[in-house]
Formats: sequence, structure tokens, C-alpha cells
Amino acid sequence: MSASEFTTLLDLVASVLLLSSVIIVWRRDYGAMIKLLAVQGVAVGGIPLVSGIYLKDLQLVVVGMMVILLRGGVLPWVLSRRLADETAGSRETKPLVNTTSALFVTALLVMVGYLVTHPMLRRASTPETRAIPAAFAVILIGVFLLVSRKRALSQGIGFLVMDNGIDAVAFLATLGVPAIIEIGASFDLLLVLAILVILTGRMHAKFKDTDLDALSELRD
Amino acid sequence: MNHIDLIIPVIAPLLAAAISLSVGWRTVTKWANSLAAVTILGTGLLFAFGTRSRHVELFGGLLRSDPLSSLLLIAIGAVGSLVTVSSVDYIERELSVGATDRSDARQYATLVPLFLTTMVLVVLSNNLGLIWIAIEATTITTAFLVGHHRTRLSLEATWKYVVICSFGITLAFLGTVLLYFASVHSGSSPADALNLNTLVRRAGRMDKTVTRLAMGMLLIGFGTKAGLFPFHTWLADAHSQAPAPISGLMSGILLSVAFTVVLRLKVVGDAALGVGYVRNSLLIVGIATLTIAVSLMVSQRDLKRLLAYSSLEQMGFIAVASAAGTELAFVGVLMVIVGNALAKTVLFIASGQLQSIRHSTLLEDLNGVMESSRLLGVSMMIGLVGLVGLPPFALFVGELSIARAMVNANLVLPLLVTLLLLLVGFVSLIRHLGGMLLGPRTADEATWKARPSVYVALTLGLSASLFVGLVGSPFSNLVSSAAAVVAR
Repeated sequence: MSASEFTTLLDLVASVLLLSSVIIVWRRDYGAMIKLLAVQGVAVGGIPLVSGIYLKDLQLVVVGMMVILLRGGVLPWVLSRRLADETAGSRETKPLVNTTSALFVTALLVMVGYLVTHPMLRRASTPETRAIPAAFAVILIGVFLLVSRKRALSQGIGFLVMDNGIDAVAFLATLGVPAIIEIGASFDLLLVLAILVILTGRMHAKFKDTDLDALSELRD
Repeated sequence: MNHIDLIIPVIAPLLAAAISLSVGWRTVTKWANSLAAVTILGTGLLFAFGTRSRHVELFGGLLRSDPLSSLLLIAIGAVGSLVTVSSVDYIERELSVGATDRSDARQYATLVPLFLTTMVLVVLSNNLGLIWIAIEATTITTAFLVGHHRTRLSLEATWKYVVICSFGITLAFLGTVLLYFASVHSGSSPADALNLNTLVRRAGRMDKTVTRLAMGMLLIGFGTKAGLFPFHTWLADAHSQAPAPISGLMSGILLSVAFTVVLRLKVVGDAALGVGYVRNSLLIVGIATLTIAVSLMVSQRDLKRLLAYSSLEQMGFIAVASAAGTELAFVGVLMVIVGNALAKTVLFIASGQLQSIRHSTLLEDLNGVMESSRLLGVSMMIGLVGLVGLPPFALFVGELSIARAMVNANLVLPLLVTLLLLLVGFVSLIRHLGGMLLGPRTADEATWKARPSVYVALTLGLSASLFVGLVGSPFSNLVSSAAAVVAR
């Protein structure tokens, strides 16, 4: 792989990453959101995979494939298991912000992403680091999804988008944290998601709904 | 591999968890869990007072033991022992009235030692990545402990707990990644770039802007787990809904374990950015936390929430105190941590018993504890005295040291604000708990008889509490050397 091909591929991956999060903000249908999440997961794993092939680093290639398997396969699958039992409808019905405003906010967040990561670019300007702003914007979009959606499953999706963004930053900035940390962190993430899915199931059984507005009895 | 004994406190509770998982809730399980906790306590004491060097590393610096980690091991072991012993009665009682079933009892007995393992790992890790994994694992292991009762309210508390803590801790992961970036670009080798001692050594050469961003995220992220502002909101809900022994573990020790991560990061932050950045963050966050906690204590109606906010108050207090940054200040901080751990655990264990007598945790339903049970009344009374920082308990010594350290560090104004807030907290605790303990009994109650395990747990807890307050030099030497680890 030549240097220019490598740069092109990385740019492609970064744009898939960003575009998939923007469309997740736009769509309200859970099935579509989970598919997009899988695409995004593959893009995240694509970074170490492409870099590994370019640098002829076998360990990176393996890490890349593991990330693709986890974020592109296992995690979306865990979420879709929950979706199968969701009888209250497979759409996010009550976002706090309407779609137009949400897309506007997303555009602003992308700009913030570029502003915040400026110091990292100054430090080292390579094809990888030039894609960091996009990944940072993905994190911010994830946070936005987390706070602006009201159904339990949507929060899970927002959480994963945020985490995808962080992992992408890690791969772009430093070719990932050491493998042992990456594996441990991925395992934690999987367990947290499983817990959220189980809790969503219990919530569904107890409240007949997964609207998080129902969670308002504990207060001072 | 000379120091392979470092993994004993990690392995022991893992074994206990494996036993619980395979045989369920039986006599052997109860013993195994308590034994695991006592093992943690024992190894902590051995590391602290044994003959070998107090600073050792294992697995290429991934794990290490120093006086601070030994002190925390002792605290985890002590609180863990009290909690596992009193859990026996708690679960038996629930089983006898049908409030829980055998499979939930098995889950409880498996998760408690796993929870202890994760805290031990936080304390012994020298690698920020590993610390992160372990802290996240504390959320994972406690989620279903908080949700043990499967009621609507406990489900709500669990959801908030998991979402808020995971969010905070994910921020900390971003901080970890950024710090790794800064460390690698300053010339560290990737393998040990996240080791705390490497970070301190390289701090001077790390990019300041990136490090500042990273430190901010790390402080907020790990601060979430320590119950610090702005993501403290999970705390009271989780504590009030969790089974009382679990609240004891979380309030007594989990918060402090997470806070010591902040202290270890402070050393890195100070070396990289100068003392101002972390100090000012701690002052702001600490006073905000303290203010929120105290204002919610004043008119609190629920016993377990009151105790939870009192923990929040302590965390805010030690955050402000840590801003002073001297050894004397950290001696005070660690004294407060130890004093709070023991007193809070005793109070939570007793409040769990009280809940099973009165079927409520509202203060108005809990009047006249002394009349109901001398054991519970006296235990809570002594626990209360320990908690509000009166002599002869460790908290009293801690508060004095902190006050002196803050005056020396020219933090007189924050000190005055803090003291004022603490005074309000003090009055609220005395008023609420005093009324509850000594007032006339107004509610009906089920017949209740203390079982041996409760006697043992409460008596041991109170004796330990008095012991650390009175024992003097061996203990205070350990605290001083632990404080020196993070002091500048």
C-alpha cells in the first residue's frame, strides 16, 4: 500500500465514522440506528486494520479485526436482541430536540471537535492525526444523543457512539492504547452494554415501557 | 517475580466468588467470603508492617504496593470483613421472609467478593489503563447488587447508577487516551507510557495543552465514581436502594478508593502543569460537592439518603483538603477516609437491621431505636460520634490536621467556608439521628433479635473505630508514609 492510498483509505474511514453518526442523529428507527452503529464500528476497526497493513504490523491487524468483530458485530447484536422484545414500538418517539435542530446542533459539535483538537494537530501532523477532529466530533455527537433521547435503548446507542469516537481517537492519535488495556476496556464495555440491555428488559417488564421519564421517583 | 504475594489479595476474593457461583448460598460460601475479606486485611497489614521493603512492583510495574495502597488494602479488608459477616444475617433474614430467592442470594454472594477484587485492583494498579478498567469493573460488579431488590425504585437507581458512572468513566478513558498521547510524544515507550511513575517522570516534557485537557477529563471521570460534583447525582439513589451492607461497602470504601485515584493523578498533574490547575479544580469541585451535600442533609427524611449525603459531604471535604497538597493535609485526608469507612459501615449495617424491624427507612418511622434495641441504639450512637468528628475517633485527628494544613497553605477563606458547611452538616446529623435514637418509640415493629453475626460485625467495627483513634504511633506512622506518597 502506498502512502497516498493509505491517506485516502484513512480519510474514507474518517468520513464514514462522522457520516454514520450524523445519520444516527437524523434517523429515529432503532433498526436503522443499530445498522449504522455496526457500520461505524467497522470504520473504527478499519483504522488499526488499515494502519497495520500499511505499517506491516501484524499485531495491529489482529487488533483491528477484533475491534471490527466487537463493535461491528457483537455490540450491535446485543442491542438488536433487545429490540426484538421491544413491543412499545421500534422508534424513538420522544426526543427532547426535533430533527432539524438536532442536525443543526450536530453541525456545531463538528466545529467544536475541530477547535478542541487543534493542540493535538499542532503536536504531530500525520494522515492519522488529521482525522482526529472527525473522531472527536463523533464523541460529542454521542454525548448529545445520550442527553437528548428519552428511551432507554437510544441512550445505549448514544453511549456506544461516544465510545466508538473515543476508541477512534485512541487509534488515530497513538495507534491505540497497549493491547492489554484495549482488551480489558472492550470487555468492560461489552459487560456494561449487557447490563444496560438486561436493565432495559426489566424496565420493560415493570413499567410496560422504556421511557426514561418513568424514572423520576427518586429525588430530594 | 519476588513479589508474587502482591496478587494474593486479588486472587483470594476471586476464589471466594468462584465458590459462591458454583455452590450457591451455603455455609461454605459465607465463610469463604468472610475469609477472602480477612485475607485482604491480612495482606494489607503484612505489606504495611512486614519486614520487606514497602515499595515493590510486579509484572513490569503494572502492579505495585506502597504505603498508600497498603493502607487502603487494610481499609478495604476491614470494611469488607464487617460487610461479609453482616451479610450472612442480612441475606438469611431476606430468605426467611421471601424477600429474596436462592438464585439472587447466589448472585449476591458472587458479586460481593468480585466487587472486593475490583477495588483491590484499583488500589494495587500502577498503570492508569488498568486502573480505568478496574474502576469500570466496580460499576459492573455493583450494578446488580444495587438492583438486588428488583423493585421499581431499585431499578431506577440502578439505571441511573450505571448510566451516570459509565458516562463519567468513559470521559476518563478519553482522558487516559489523551494522556497516553502526551506521554508517548514526550518519549515514553508505549509499554509503560501509562504507568503512574513514568507519567510523573515524563510530566515536564508532556505537551501542556493536551495534558490539561486530559487532566480535566480524568478528574471529572474518576471524580464521578468518587461522588464528586458535577456527576454526583447517582450516589444517594444507589445508596438508598442498595441492600444496607452494600451501601456500607460503597459509602465506606468505594468512594474513597476512587478518590485516591484522583490523588495519584494530582501528582502527575502537578508535575506537568504546576500546582495551580489541579488545586483550583479540587477547591471548586470540593466546595460545590460539600454545599450540595449539606443542603440536602438539612431537611432529609430518609435515613439511608442522609448517610449517603454524609459520605458526599466527606468526599467534598477531603477534595478541598487535598487542594492544600502537603503531607499534613493528606494525613488528615487519610484519617478522614479511615474514620468514615468504619463509622459509616457500622451505621449502614445497623440501619439495615433497623429497616428489617420497621420496614421503612424514613426517619419518622424509625423513632426510639434505643427503646427497640440497646445493641443497635448504642452502636449507632457511637458510630454517629465517630462520624461527626468528635474525639477520640480518627476523624477528629483528621479534621485538625486538615485545618492546620489549610492555614499553612494560605487557604484560610476556603477553610472558613468548609468549616461553616461542616458545622451545618454536623448539626443536621445530630438533630436527625439524635432524635431517631433517643426519641420515644411511635411506630409498631416486628419482633427482632440480634443474630450472632450482627453482634460480631457491629462490635468489631466499633472496636476498630476506637482502636485507630487511640492506638497512636504504628498506625499514624503508616498514615504519614502513605500521605508522603502523594504529597509534594
